[in-house]
Amino acid sequence: MLEIKNLHARTTDTEILRGINLKVAAGEVHAIMGPNGSGKSTLAHVIAGRDDYEVTEGEILYNGKDLLDMEIEERAAEGVFLAYQYPVEISGVSNKYFLRTAMNSIRKHHDQPPIKRTEFLELLKENLSRLGMDKGMMDRSVNEGFSGGEKKRNEILQMAMLQPKLAVLDETDSGLDIDALKIVADGVNALRSPERATIVVTHYQRLLDYIVPDKVHVLAGGKIVRSGDKALALELEDKGYAFLQELAAT
Amino acid sequence: MTSENAMLEEFAQREYEHGFVTDIEADAIAPGLSEDVVRLISSKKNEPDWLLEWRLKAYRHWVTLDEPKWHNVKYPPIDYQASVYYSAPKQKPKLNSLDEVDPALLETYEKLGIPLHEQKVLANVAVDAVFDSVSIATTYRETLEKHGVIFRPFSEAVHDHPELVKKYLGSVVPYGDNFYAALNSAVFSDGSFCYIPKGVRCPMELSTYFRINAQNTGQFERTLIVAEEGAYVSYLEGCTAPKRDEHQLHAAVVELVALDDAEIKYSTVQNWYPGDAEGKGGIYNFVTKRGACRGENSKISWTQVETGSAITWKYPSVILQGDNSVGEFYSVAVTANHQQADTGTKMIHIGKNTKSTIISKGISAGVGQNSYRGEVKMMKGAANARNFSQCDSLLIGDRCGAHTFPYIEVRNTTAKVEHEASTSKVGEDQIYYLRQRGLSTEDAVNMIVNGFCKEVYDVLPMEFAIEARKLLSVSLEGSVG
Repeated sequence: MLEIKNLHARTTDTEILRGINLKVAAGEVHAIMGPNGSGKSTLAHVIAGRDDYEVTEGEILYNGKDLLDMEIEERAAEGVFLAYQYPVEISGVSNKYFLRTAMNSIRKHHDQPPIKRTEFLELLKENLSRLGMDKGMMDRSVNEGFSGGEKKRNEILQMAMLQPKLAVLDETDSGLDIDALKIVADGVNALRSPERATIVVTHYQRLLDYIVPDKVHVLAGGKIVRSGDKALALELEDKGYAFLQELAAT
Repeated sequence: MTSENAMLEEFAQREYEHGFVTDIEADAIAPGLSEDVVRLISSKKNEPDWLLEWRLKAYRHWVTLDEPKWHNVKYPPIDYQASVYYSAPKQKPKLNSLDEVDPALLETYEKLGIPLHEQKVLANVAVDAVFDSVSIATTYRETLEKHGVIFRPFSEAVHDHPELVKKYLGSVVPYGDNFYAALNSAVFSDGSFCYIPKGVRCPMELSTYFRINAQNTGQFERTLIVAEEGAYVSYLEGCTAPKRDEHQLHAAVVELVALDDAEIKYSTVQNWYPGDAEGKGGIYNFVTKRGACRGENSKISWTQVETGSAITWKYPSVILQGDNSVGEFYSVAVTANHQQADTGTKMIHIGKNTKSTIISKGISAGVGQNSYRGEVKMMKGAANARNFSQCDSLLIGDRCGAHTFPYIEVRNTTAKVEHEASTSKVGEDQIYYLRQRGLSTEDAVNMIVNGFCKEVYDVLPMEFAIEARKLLSVSLEGSVG
């Protein structure tokens, strides 16, 4: 589904990604771990298409297509979803209206008619109850005045409603207590299917207790320095990230 | 990031869709202003002497005045002698029915989305269509008259209801009020007159649609709305003009009078031609709008969506004279390209327990400059009066500006005034977030802007709210690459 080859990306003054190679097949869940500043979030945003980053080398293939050649909204419409570490507030726009507009934008891309109101509400109700979210939140402005946990849940709600093919979760666990963490993980697990893939970007191992990854990659200094299975995450927790800096340097 | 900025700049580019010109022969007088011109206008309208006298007094006062300079807008000096002060499409002097209206005129309004034909008129909205200096048609007159509601062109009201016009004309905005009000009083041509009798809830929305067509012609209309005891009316005003390279002057006066327990809701969607991307052409809009809550428990509420004009200078105000009266001002003002707006309101609290609310939303794009200027006055007798003001500014791109000038004067210690202000930018992170969810850049900006204006849209009559949304998205539309 996703194939990243020798990806280099930079901001105006620093090179952040220095040759990432990664293959994610449909049905898989990959975890990307690493210390602060290793480039985890940058990788997530380069996949989503944020134009603060310039890709200087390499390519990303998404279902065989050149992802880097696609506009941000085109990637979204084709099924790429990023759950933000810091979800953005949109004043005066109700969550419900925002969700429906997003769904319809994506449907329009696929030449589908807008979703029927009743169908939308039914789907929303179902997902809200699964995520333990209050219906009242749907009439509030997007993320405005939401607590950290509410914002993260709201991201997962959007993911559940938009049904992406490739979901990238950027530090979705940060700032969540254990109960919220479980709910968020349930939301992600509910979406696991043979047609979908998920990339979980995280600093800590604990999220992976609930979202069990097929593969774990460790990012340091803008490169993947080790890949393995779930055991690697545990090893990292044990040893900490310090030893990786040496690996990255070599 | 620079590409994002370039994109936002493109958003500031706008397409004006009402810029066509109607080719129709006009009865216009030569440019210039003098006592003779005032007399000529008055005689063309066959006015009674008292009105001519009033006009002349206004004119004589006007020549002693200087243009106000305190506003935060810049423009080259206006040559008041270069403007035409009266222009009317040539047609039969007295029209018996719409069938006699020139088809070119009907077509003009049809194109603007305001059908005037009996079969096609807007459901439940009575429209007075003002073209340059004259009113060409008023719909639903009979229906309204059954309820005792008088809704007609000002020039007709002068003849049909002189006692009412005489009583209220200039009673809220005297001719000496300011430079532009004096100019308007001297040369005003047409406009709408509405009178809602005691205890009547006007059965439909009343609306006037102003269109400037002729070249070098100013429009100076005058609107007067009187709501008697316990009456209610909702009034809508729309305006457009063709694209012209030179600036055109629009100096209107609107007076509202609400007696005991009466309520007037006045909504404007102002879409005068704003000029092109280089700032060439566009309407200079210098308007005096004021309402008097004369009666106890009366209420006047102004809602405006300002997307047009090269320059907007306008402060719809309320004088809260009656005890427990309520004044409201809800405003969205957009300045894109080279547009400049200095707009706001005045709430003058005189009576006890009077209440006012001000919600102002300014949106600036391109190199547009948007100023909010508001005055809240609590007079000595305004015991327990309350005001709440909220002024928010939204910037699109980084070459535009937003300014807030609040003036507060409190002479009664039991009165309470609250003022809140905020300035925000349409964030790149917001656009990125919405695009990541599948919205195009254009839809994303529209969503952010509409969200910003929500509090004002919520109080607009529904059809107007839809029009306002559309208008705003057109205003900020760009050829996004």
